Amino acid sequence: MELLFILEQVLNGLVVSAYYLLIALGLSLIFSLGGVVNLAHGAFYALGAYFAIELEQRLGFGGAFVLSPLLVAAIGIVIERTMLRRFYRTDPIYSLLLTFGLAMVLEQAIRIIWGAAPLPFPMPGFIKGQVFVGDFIYSKYRLAMLAVAAAAVGGTWLLLNKTSFGRVVKAGVQNPDMVAVLGISLAPVMTAVVALGIGLAALAGVLLAPIAGVHPAMGTEIITAAFVVVVIGGLGSFWGVVIAAVLVGIVRGLAVYFMPPAAEASMYLLMLTVLLLRPRGLLGERIQRFE
Amino acid sequence: MTTTTGPNTTGLTRRTLLTSTAGLAVVGTLGAPAIVRAQSDVIRVGHLTPRTGFLGPLGEYAVMGVTLAVEEINAAGGVLGRKVELLAEDSVNPSTAATKAERMIEREKVAAILGEISSASGLSIAQVAGRNKTLFIQTGCNSDELRGKSCNRYMFHIEGSNTAYVKAVGQALLRDGMVKGKKWFGLTADYAFGHDLLRVTKKFAEDNGGSFVGSELVPTDASDFSPFILKIRQAKPDLVVSNLAGNQITNFIKQYNEYGLPFPIAGGGFDTAAAWGAGPDAFTGTWPCIWHHTVQSPSAQAFTQAFTKRWGKPPENQAWGDYLSAKVLAQAMAETKSTESDKIIAHLESQAKFDVLKGREGYFRNWDHQLIAEMYTITPKPKAEQKDKWDMLLLGTAVPGPNEDLETIQPTKQENACTFS
Repeated sequence: MELLFILEQVLNGLVVSAYYLLIALGLSLIFSLGGVVNLAHGAFYALGAYFAIELEQRLGFGGAFVLSPLLVAAIGIVIERTMLRRFYRTDPIYSLLLTFGLAMVLEQAIRIIWGAAPLPFPMPGFIKGQVFVGDFIYSKYRLAMLAVAAAAVGGTWLLLNKTSFGRVVKAGVQNPDMVAVLGISLAPVMTAVVALGIGLAALAGVLLAPIAGVHPAMGTEIITAAFVVVVIGGLGSFWGVVIAAVLVGIVRGLAVYFMPPAAEASMYLLMLTVLLLRPRGLLGERIQRFE
Repeated sequence: MTTTTGPNTTGLTRRTLLTSTAGLAVVGTLGAPAIVRAQSDVIRVGHLTPRTGFLGPLGEYAVMGVTLAVEEINAAGGVLGRKVELLAEDSVNPSTAATKAERMIEREKVAAILGEISSASGLSIAQVAGRNKTLFIQTGCNSDELRGKSCNRYMFHIEGSNTAYVKAVGQALLRDGMVKGKKWFGLTADYAFGHDLLRVTKKFAEDNGGSFVGSELVPTDASDFSPFILKIRQAKPDLVVSNLAGNQITNFIKQYNEYGLPFPIAGGGFDTAAAWGAGPDAFTGTWPCIWHHTVQSPSAQAFTQAFTKRWGKPPENQAWGDYLSAKVLAQAMAETKSTESDKIIAHLESQAKFDVLKGREGYFRNWDHQLIAEMYTITPKPKAEQKDKWDMLLLGTAVPGPNEDLETIQPTKQENACTFS
């Protein structure tokens, strides 16, 4: 019984893994290719949730689910073209300042447009309820959320590993100058990567809206955890980030069971341990430019 | 290739700067009215409350409430023939709150300070106010300690204490047979407010024959409650008691609904914004409430109408608190024909009656400066009766009942002794 309950908590922790992963993947991609630490990533996640609220009222959950990440990704493209692009080769302090400012501007814009109070977002009726396996309980919605997150992560993996686009991205991470010499322009690739990363963050926002409060500071709350996942996983590694997200979710699930007040601290302890043993993160690659 | 070109960098910086300044300017005009040049013929009133962070949503309502009150006072000719000038700022945290209170009193010469929601910041403002002998009317701090061990001659409390909230919802729980011999499971926000509320809730359960089968502290930054919900499911309590705060209440209600557990919920602390955030589909339980925009008294309805007209949505209970604080201050100044803190305090301590936008008039109790007034309980309103998206909460009858003393839900001298130094 006790063991089963622990297992229940661990499985439950996987949902946390899923949404950390959606946000962390984009962060990791944008940093690996562009060298930009996107501090505004959390704000795009919040924007995804707010767009979903507006779209849900007009088009229902399905419309919000599809359109909101696309719209936010479009905003991402504009921001990449007009701002981020200028900072790929400069001292990282400039892009840090830019994205930090951007995060504040976006959060205040949300506050001005939608107000500071949390907004409701109804759970779609067709997926309400619970799944029971023996005494096991799991929310149907969370199962669906896991499936969507897994599909998104799987799709991203295929894109990066089985397409020519993915090969350019990987080459660009290791040696952008060589890619340029070969006559391939990285600029449109970078735009696509930023749109993809920001779209994934917005998708996480849409998925989380039915189960957590939608409020302006939600992005700030998630961004630190997402960075921790990226650092644990190691830069430039797709599977490193996946493993790190799953680890953080499980460790959190166990911590809540054995020592609730330490639940939030547990992931930082995990990060500390990993960095002591493997300073490059779990599966971190050696990237020449960042040495 | 790596050198930053001059024009490029400046152009971008300027653009970023412009965007953020524009953003800030808009926030400024929305939140705080511009500070007019020093004029000796105005009465200045300071307002401090958290406008960012996890209490920010409530702070936004607080500012809307106090702004409306000052606009109404000035439209009616001001106080003692002088206009009231409001200086509203973000209190941020206890140390910033103290610094800003100090500056408002010494440099801006405010007649009084209103506001605050965080008990910790409220305490630090009270210390500054006490040192400078300036009136401070707090509108959102629930911690019993502010009225007891840390009470202050210069601090008055419009917000109810944790004990009053628990006793108010407790009346409903006693009536429904949810206390005697029942097993409770507590979820508590892991900071000063939550701990104080848990202490009061435990005392109430013990005094009335209930017991706790489980109690969990929840970090304030936790947004996933499912691990705790699984624990509740395992413990099978008769009642789940929330001592959570702010966004935590919203998240918990939403996710509790998601898991569909059969155990009823009750709460010791509550703000309408949290229920609105959870939405009518998910909201459940029995909660205490200090004011709600459906309170059926003429003054409450007049306030609700004026607020809705001014801000486009009905007032939240925090808007009531800050609106009332300015109105009480203006009335006390008019009645004493003075803006001196000591004269106003003597008047308030005489237990003068005020229209507090509820069924019965209220007064400040002289030994702990608590506003003594009705409270209410809140339960979900049936879907068919909801008029709009704000009308999702069913307001219970006022507690204490019409024939009972208003003080029956307040902490007694034994429970929360206060001596003004």
